[in-house]
Amino acid sequence: MHSLEIKNLNVSIEDQPILKDFNLTIPKGEVHALMGPNGTGKSTLAKVIAGHEDYEVTSGSIELDGQSILGNEPDEISQAGLFLAFQYPLEIPGVSIANFIRAAKQSRLEEGNTLDAVAYYKELYEKMDALKIDRKFTSRSLNEGFSGGEKKRCEVLQMSMLEPKYCIMDETDSGLDIDALKIVSEGVNLMRGPDRGFLIITHYQRLLDYIIPDVVHVMFDGRIVHSGNAQLAHELEAKGYDWVKETFASPTVQ
Amino acid sequence: MSDSTLNEQEESILVDNEKGNFSFPEDYQFDAGTGLSKETIAYISSVKNEAEWVKEFRLKALELFEKKPMPTHWASSDLENIVFDNIRYYLSKGQKPSRTWEEVPDDVKETFERLGIPEQERKFLAGVEAQFDSEAAYSRMKEDLEKEGVIFVGSSEGLEKYPEIFKPYFGKVIPSADNKFSALNSAVFSGGSFIYVPKGVKLKQPLQAYFRINAENFGQFERTLIIADEGAELTYMEGCTAPKFETATLHSAVVELVALKNAKIQYITVQNWSNNVFNLVTKRAHAEENAEVKWIDCNIGSRLTMKYPGVVLKGRKARGEVLSIALANDGQHQDTGAKMVHLADETTSNIISKSISIGEGRSTYRGQVHMPKHLKSCKNNTECDALLINSNSRTDTYPAITTRGDANTVQHEASVSKVSAEQIFYMMQRGLSEGEAMSLAVNGFVNDLLKAFPMEYSVELKRLIDMEMEGSVG
Repeated sequence: MHSLEIKNLNVSIEDQPILKDFNLTIPKGEVHALMGPNGTGKSTLAKVIAGHEDYEVTSGSIELDGQSILGNEPDEISQAGLFLAFQYPLEIPGVSIANFIRAAKQSRLEEGNTLDAVAYYKELYEKMDALKIDRKFTSRSLNEGFSGGEKKRCEVLQMSMLEPKYCIMDETDSGLDIDALKIVSEGVNLMRGPDRGFLIITHYQRLLDYIIPDVVHVMFDGRIVHSGNAQLAHELEAKGYDWVKETFASPTVQ
Repeated sequence: MSDSTLNEQEESILVDNEKGNFSFPEDYQFDAGTGLSKETIAYISSVKNEAEWVKEFRLKALELFEKKPMPTHWASSDLENIVFDNIRYYLSKGQKPSRTWEEVPDDVKETFERLGIPEQERKFLAGVEAQFDSEAAYSRMKEDLEKEGVIFVGSSEGLEKYPEIFKPYFGKVIPSADNKFSALNSAVFSGGSFIYVPKGVKLKQPLQAYFRINAENFGQFERTLIIADEGAELTYMEGCTAPKFETATLHSAVVELVALKNAKIQYITVQNWSNNVFNLVTKRAHAEENAEVKWIDCNIGSRLTMKYPGVVLKGRKARGEVLSIALANDGQHQDTGAKMVHLADETTSNIISKSISIGEGRSTYRGQVHMPKHLKSCKNNTECDALLINSNSRTDTYPAITTRGDANTVQHEASVSKVSAEQIFYMMQRGLSEGEAMSLAVNGFVNDLLKAFPMEYSVELKRLIDMEMEGSVG
């Protein structure tokens, strides 16, 4: 019950199958890494879970703590406790980070209740300090003109402010230098706990040196082809994705 | 500013579409009937007990109105749908504007209470005039301002009691012949505000007028003339609403501003007309030496709005500014812009226009900047930005900047942006509903402009945008 559970998920874009009988269960308290070459459907998976409307789900189920979220609106899925850290966070001109996160938190309150502004700013500043984000950023437009690293730190800031039950991080490490990688990883590690599950999507093992996963999955051609412990990431790094292709490529269907 | 004060203000200022959508049964003592003729004008003039010269002014304007063609060669052909013969040009309960809300007739009082006007007056206004159809029902200004010689009255009272002050400027900034609708207004004008601020008097709080249309098939033609004497300063706010009727309603105002040497006028419009209103307004200012005129103009609602506030920069170092926001939702056309006429050296003008088109809504920007060759060190900055929400929206920009000579500088920037589906998805992933996400994007788009607005106004505007966006999500 206390898990993000994806069963036999089939997803297509314009009749092109992307996810094929995909299965994955992330129990609360665990960190799962999902690795694999480009074009195997990792980002599609992230967006489908978050409720993006561009994808056609032909069959399967996605449940969050036993409740189906498949077919729900993205805001409902967010409210149910799922957070997606975007691979390419979008720029929202004129909307400050502080106002955006505040609106997001406000949307979680019952109607008629207002967020306590003093407590909100206290929490925001603490979490910004932890992620080494300059406090001046609160008034900057969300992601506008941010460097790659600043965008990713801002995603982790939003994630820690919204306190989701399940976090999907889509290539949060891409575009990060080593210092930013450490800061982001610390931020994620601080959030780890028995009440939260993580799915970390990445190409590279180096992020997993800082966020040690409980389980590593290898994805290829729309499904998970191999799973193991943290050691598997090192193995992949050493052997390369060609090894995955050679070992797990499905026989060509004529 | 702290959050608690923000919330208080949000509560205190409540003008929204739904709130404005009600009307009371008609009970008028004076009704000019339907259609427009010399007799209509004679009737209006006699009800108002006007001086002969005012009546002559009206009759001359009527001739001009009848002669002038509709400006459909450049403007929307929707103008053809106005049937002047079906409009009622004057409706009044025969009341004199009351000085206390208690004296205002119950239905009228309730109207303005539901629109939050008395409450705003208590909180932050120096004076209020509330117009119900053709005439003001309530008019009051703080006593200390009266002692300082500030005049804040309706157009009839202004022309009757203070002709020496108002007559020299009346119809001079905007002649009746300026355009078909200024001619129409000059023929049938009623209500509006006539304001005079004496030399050196600086008003700390705004004066406000609220224009309410209650009757169907009605035309509201208020006339406003504001004179800021040398070194005087004032802020004037106007708000407008009307109920939703099946048939077209016409609102056609003329607003003339005169800022004498070193004076400052800030004129703020909060307009939230219902979808059946043709809103065709002429607004222009004269700015003398080192004077400053700022038009802050926000157009939400209406079927068709055509409005291009202007400043004629007559004296050296005069400054003119138009900051405008237009929001065109389904079935609406916002045709707005600005006019800057530089007539002296070292004059500067600034135009910032932001338009938002939603669904089938359409926004048009028309700008005119005129800088003759013989002038030196004049500057104009024009920025127009358009935001499109969904692919059916339409936006056009027609900037006309005439600069001659090389001793002047102009700068023009325009942009068109869209709220993408991915941006909406991103915001929704954080928990915002589709309406909230769009509203946030629109607020972000106008945010830098809102910062230039007075607090009370920007809070209200945000509310109006939120309402409008909520309604636009299907």
